[in-house]
Amino acid sequence: MTSGAITTVPQRGFRLGPDDKPVLFAAGFVLLILLAGTGYTLFTQGNAPLLQPQYLLQQLQVGAFLGIVAAGLMVVILLGHIDLSVPWTLAAAAMMATAVGGPWAIPVGIGIGLAVGLVNGLGVAYLRVPSMIFTLGVNAVMRGLMVAHTGGFAPQTAATELMQYLAVARIGGVIPVALLVWAAVSVFVVVLLTRTTLGRSIYAIGNRERAAYLSGINTNAVILIGFALSGAAAGLAGVLLAGYSTKAYQGMGDAYLLPAIAAVVIGGTNILGGRGRYLGTLVGVILIVLLNSVLSIMQMPEAGRQIIYGVVIVAMLLVYGRGNRVTG
Amino acid sequence: MPANPFFALDNVSKRYGGVHALRDVDFACARGSIHAVLGENGAGKSTLMKIMAGVVQPDEGRMTLDGAPVAFPNPAAANRAGIVCIFQELSLMPELTVADNITLSSPPRRLGLIDGRAQRRRSEELLARVGCEDINPWSRVADLPLSRRQMVEIAKALGRDPKLLILDEATSALTAADVDRVYRMLFDLKARGLSILYISHRMQEIEALADRCSVFRNGRHIETFDKGARTHDEIIGLMIGREIEGQFPPKPLRPRPQPLIAIKDLAWENRLNGVTLEAGRGEIVGLGGLDGQGQKELLLALFGVLRGVRGAVTLGGKPASATSPRAAKSGQAAMALIPEDRKSEGLILSMSIADNLSMASLGRLSRGPFIDPGRTRAAVARAIEQLRIKIGDPADPVSTLSGGNQQKVVIAKWLATGPDVILLNDPTRGIDVGTKQEIYRLMRELAEAGACMLFYSTDYEELIGCCDRVAVMYDGRIVRELEGEAINERNLIASALNIVEKREPAHAH
Amino acid sequence: MSDAALSPLVVEAPRTPKRGAGEWMLRIRHHAGFLGALALFVVLYLFYQASHPRGFTGQVLTQNANEVFALALIAMAQTVPVLMAGLDLSVGAVMTLVGCIASHLVNGGPGQIALGIATCIAAGAACGFVNGCVVVYGRIQPIIATLATSAIYMGLALILRPTPGGKVHEDLSWAVTSDVREFSATFGLFDDGEAAWLQPFAWIPVPLILLAIIIIVVWVPFTRSVTGRTVYAIGSSESAAYMSGLPINRAKLAAFTLAGLFAGLGGLFLALQTSSGNADIPQAGAYTLNSIAAVVIGGTSLLGGTGSAIGSVIGALVLRTISFNFRIFDVAPLMQPLFEGIVLLAAVSLGGFKMLRLKNKLEVFR
Repeated sequence: MTSGAITTVPQRGFRLGPDDKPVLFAAGFVLLILLAGTGYTLFTQGNAPLLQPQYLLQQLQVGAFLGIVAAGLMVVILLGHIDLSVPWTLAAAAMMATAVGGPWAIPVGIGIGLAVGLVNGLGVAYLRVPSMIFTLGVNAVMRGLMVAHTGGFAPQTAATELMQYLAVARIGGVIPVALLVWAAVSVFVVVLLTRTTLGRSIYAIGNRERAAYLSGINTNAVILIGFALSGAAAGLAGVLLAGYSTKAYQGMGDAYLLPAIAAVVIGGTNILGGRGRYLGTLVGVILIVLLNSVLSIMQMPEAGRQIIYGVVIVAMLLVYGRGNRVTG
Repeated sequence: MPANPFFALDNVSKRYGGVHALRDVDFACARGSIHAVLGENGAGKSTLMKIMAGVVQPDEGRMTLDGAPVAFPNPAAANRAGIVCIFQELSLMPELTVADNITLSSPPRRLGLIDGRAQRRRSEELLARVGCEDINPWSRVADLPLSRRQMVEIAKALGRDPKLLILDEATSALTAADVDRVYRMLFDLKARGLSILYISHRMQEIEALADRCSVFRNGRHIETFDKGARTHDEIIGLMIGREIEGQFPPKPLRPRPQPLIAIKDLAWENRLNGVTLEAGRGEIVGLGGLDGQGQKELLLALFGVLRGVRGAVTLGGKPASATSPRAAKSGQAAMALIPEDRKSEGLILSMSIADNLSMASLGRLSRGPFIDPGRTRAAVARAIEQLRIKIGDPADPVSTLSGGNQQKVVIAKWLATGPDVILLNDPTRGIDVGTKQEIYRLMRELAEAGACMLFYSTDYEELIGCCDRVAVMYDGRIVRELEGEAINERNLIASALNIVEKREPAHAH
Repeated sequence: MSDAALSPLVVEAPRTPKRGAGEWMLRIRHHAGFLGALALFVVLYLFYQASHPRGFTGQVLTQNANEVFALALIAMAQTVPVLMAGLDLSVGAVMTLVGCIASHLVNGGPGQIALGIATCIAAGAACGFVNGCVVVYGRIQPIIATLATSAIYMGLALILRPTPGGKVHEDLSWAVTSDVREFSATFGLFDDGEAAWLQPFAWIPVPLILLAIIIIVVWVPFTRSVTGRTVYAIGSSESAAYMSGLPINRAKLAAFTLAGLFAGLGGLFLALQTSSGNADIPQAGAYTLNSIAAVVIGGTSLLGGTGSAIGSVIGALVLRTISFNFRIFDVAPLMQPLFEGIVLLAAVSLGGFKMLRLKNKLEVFR
C-alpha cells in the first residue's frame, strides 16, 4: 500500500539515462518551436531570424534573468517548498542596489535577496509555516517596504556601470556577459545538487524529511540555506535586470515568478519536491524564452500568448508529468 | 477444500513487473469459520487479501462468491459484495471524526443529505459492539491513540455488514484488553455465520482463534489443514520450506562489561518516569514489556529527538545529552537508531539504494562540502557485501527491494557511521524468518566487535534468544532486569504485566 | 493459554472526555482556528465601527459589504481544493473571465439578463470542471494544472475585453450593491421597500444576504453530502479514502467545479459592482493570492482535511477589515501595503511558535 510511491531514480547531473524523458521532450519541443517559428518567418518575411546565432544569443541574454530566478527557485521546489516572494525580492534588490550605487551596489542587491531568503527560511523551517503562505506574506511586506521607500513612484536612481556591464555588455561583441553570469550560476547549482552533501540533503528532505532528520541531517538548516539561495538568486536577477533597463521600477519582478515555476516544472522537477534535474530546468527556461520570442515575432496579442502558454504547460505535463494513480 | 465454500479463488495469478506475487492459487473459505493465513513476508498473503478486497485485480483466474463468478474493479465493489478488509496500515481519515470514518461509505441520509444524528447513533452502536463505548463519535481520529484507532477501524468494518471479514495483522497495535474484546467479537461473528480470514504472525493468536490454517510460500498456496493437525514446528517448516535450526546465535558467557552508556533517572512528559539503565560494550540489552510502556520514547530520548528530557545520560563516563540525531551520531560515543518504521523513518523510498546507504555517513564520505564519489562507492559496496543485501544495481530505488532487504539497508546505513551505541526499535517487525536470522547473527557479531546495543522488541522469543540482559519496562520505568537463565517467557510476561511474586524484589539486579 | 494478550489483568483505563461539557470542548477544539478568526474579525470590526467618525450607519455597512463580497466568494472557492490538500491558482482568472462575460451579457430585458446570469454561472462552473478534468484525468498536480489553466482563462478574458469596458444593467447593479430597502424599491417589491414588516431588515446590505444564501443553498448541503465529506476525506488521507471505497474522482471533479462556481459568482458580482469588465492580470493574481491568505486565516489547513468555506469568509472579512481600519486611521496610503503584509505574516506565524515547544520533534514532520 505504498501510496504514490515514486518509482524512478532521481538522476542528477548531466548524465543521460533512461529517466531523462522530461529533458528530452522539453528539448524536442524547443526544436519544434524553432522550426515552427522559422517556418512562419520564412513564409511571411522570407528570412529566418530564429536560426541566426546573433538573435539566439540576444534571446538567451534576456532569458538569463529568468534562468537565474529559476535556478534558485528549483532548489526550494526540490525541498518540497515554494518561494512566492520572488517578485518583490527581485524588485527590492534592484531598487536598493540602484539606491546605494557605487561599488557596493551589487553586494547590497544580492545581500537584500539573501536576507529576504533567510527570513523565508526561518519562517518555513523553524516556525513551520507553510511556505506557500509565509513567502506570500514576505512578498507583501517587501512590496510594502518598497512602496513606502519609493513613494510608489519609479525610483530616480540609476544602475551602476558594472550592473549595466553585467547585463548588456558582450565579450568580443558576441558573447553576452549576462549569459556567462547565468552559466556561472548554473554550474554552481549543478555542483551543489550533484556533488555536495548539501545537495544530497536537499533531495532527501524533499522526499521524506522525517527520514532525513533521523539520519542526522540538520533539516532546518538545509531548508534555511535553500531559501537563502533562492533569495540570493532573485537578488542577483534583480541587480542584472536593473542593469539591463538601466534603472529599477515598480513591479519589475512580477513577470518572473510564474514563468520560473513553469520552467522548473516543465523541466521535470516534481512540484512536490525530491525529484528533478537542473538540466531540465535549463531546458525549461530556454523553452519558455523561445516560446515568448516566437510569439512576439508572430506579433501574437497578449490574449493568444496567455492561452498558448497555458496549453503548452498542460500539454508537456500530460506527456510526462503525470502522477501515479492512487491505489491505496 | 470446505464442503461448500463461501468465497473461492480458482487458479488466480498476479504479477508485479516480472515478479510473481501469486501463482495459480486455489483458495476457499467457508461460512462460520475463522481461517488463518500464514506465510513469510512476500509469501503472497497481502496480495491475496488485496485481490479479495478489490484493491488490485488478478491477472488470471476467477473468483466465485456463493458459487457465482465475481470480479471487483475497486474496493467499493468488494464492499458491496460483503467483503470487508481491516488493513494493517490503517484506512482511516485522521482529520475526520470517528463518526464520519465509521459511516462515511454508506452514511444514513435524510433528504439526500447526511443525517448527523443518525450517523452518531449508528457509530455508537458499532463502537459498543466492539466494546469501545468510551470513544466519543465526535472526536477526531487523529486525537485518538493508535490502539483506539485500530478499534475504530474494526467498528468501521463491522458497519459495512460484512459476510467475509479479512483481518490483516489487525491486533498488532492493540492493547491487551482490546485484543481480548476483538477475540470475543470474532467468536461472536463466527457464531453468526460470518466467514473470517485472519492474517497474523503471532502463532499464539492463530492457535487461539483459527479453525483452519492455510500456509503460503513464494506466492503459492502450500497447504491447508484443520486446527491441531500440525505442530508449531511443522507449520514453521511449511512457511520457510526448510527446517529451522539454530535460529539464534549462541550467547557468549562472560562477566558483565564496564558500562559504556549509563542512564540515570531519565524522565520525559508522562511517558518516561525515571529510567535507570546501564549497558557496556559487547552487550545486547533487551527492552521488554508490553507495547507502549515507554520503550520507544527511551530510544528517541537517547537519540536527541525529544525535548524536555530530564535525568542524566553518560557515555564512557562523560555526561552526554544529545539535542538532535545529528548530535547523537557525532558525540563522544557515536549513536545510531534503527527506527520503528523503515518506510517513513528509516529510508527514503524513492531514492536509490546507494543514496540511502550513504545518507547517515555523508559527513565521513565527503571532503569539505563535496561528496567523494570514490569513497562513497567503496562504502556502498562494503555495506552491500557486509549485510549480503540482494540487489540488482545500487542505483535502483530502494523501494524495489523486499522488506527484509530494505531493513538491511537501514541497518547498513547506520553501520557505515561506525556506531558505538546502537539503538534498535523493533527491527524485525514484518520481516521474514530468513532475514531475521541474519539480523540476529549480525547483532551478535557487532556486539563481539565492541558495540553496545539497546534492543526493543515486541517478540519475546527474540528477546530470549538474543539478549544478554533484558530490562522490562512498565509505565515508563524499568520494573525488572532479567539476566542469563532468568530470561524466559514466564518471567518476561510476569514482569511485563508488573505482577511480581512477593519473594522477589521488584528491581532484581 | 499462556498468551499475555488474553489476560484481563491489564485493563487500560481509557481517558475520555465526559459527554455534555466535554462535547462542547471537543467542538471548540475542532474549530479553534475558525473561532480565533471570528474573534479577530469581531474585535477588528468593532474597533473600526467605534472609531468611525460617522458611527455605525447602514451606509458604511453596505459599502463594507460590497468591498468584501468578491474576496469572500473567491476565498470560498479556494477553500474547496485546499480541503483536498490542493490549491487552485486559477480562481482569480475564473473570476476575471466571468466578470468579462458578464460585462457583455448581463444587460437588456429581464429575459436577457436572466440568461446572461445563467451563462456566467455556467461559465464559472465549466472553468472549474475543466480544472477538475485536468487534475483527475491528466493526473497533474492541482497547483501546476491550475497555474496553466489560469493563463488560458486570462487569455480568453483578454479576448473578450482587450480594454476595460462593457456595461451591465444599471438597476440590477444598483440593487445588488445596496441595502434591502433600495433593492425592493428598485424592483417595486414590498411596497417599494416600505412595507412595515420589512423595516427591521431594511438596513441589511444585499451582498450579505446573497452571501448567506450561497452558503446555505450551496455550501452547507455540499458539506453534508457524501461527495462533500469525501473531499474532506481525500485531504485527510487519499489512500484511506480510496480503501474506504469513497468516490474519489467524482469528489475531485465536484470540488473544482464548485470552486469555479464560487469564483464565477464572485466575478459576476464584481462586474455588477464596477459596471464593467476588466481583464486585469495583476488584479486576478492579487485576488488569487489573497484568497489563499483568507483561507489560512479562516482556519483551513493547507495540508487538507480540516476547515470550512465559512471560515474562509471570515478570513476574507478579517483581511478587508484591516484595510478599513487603515482608512479610518489615516494611515498613509503608501504604508498600507506594508502593514497588510506584516499583519498577514504575524497572523500566520502565531501558530508557528508552538512548533518551537513541541516535545517530540518528530511531530514537526507530518
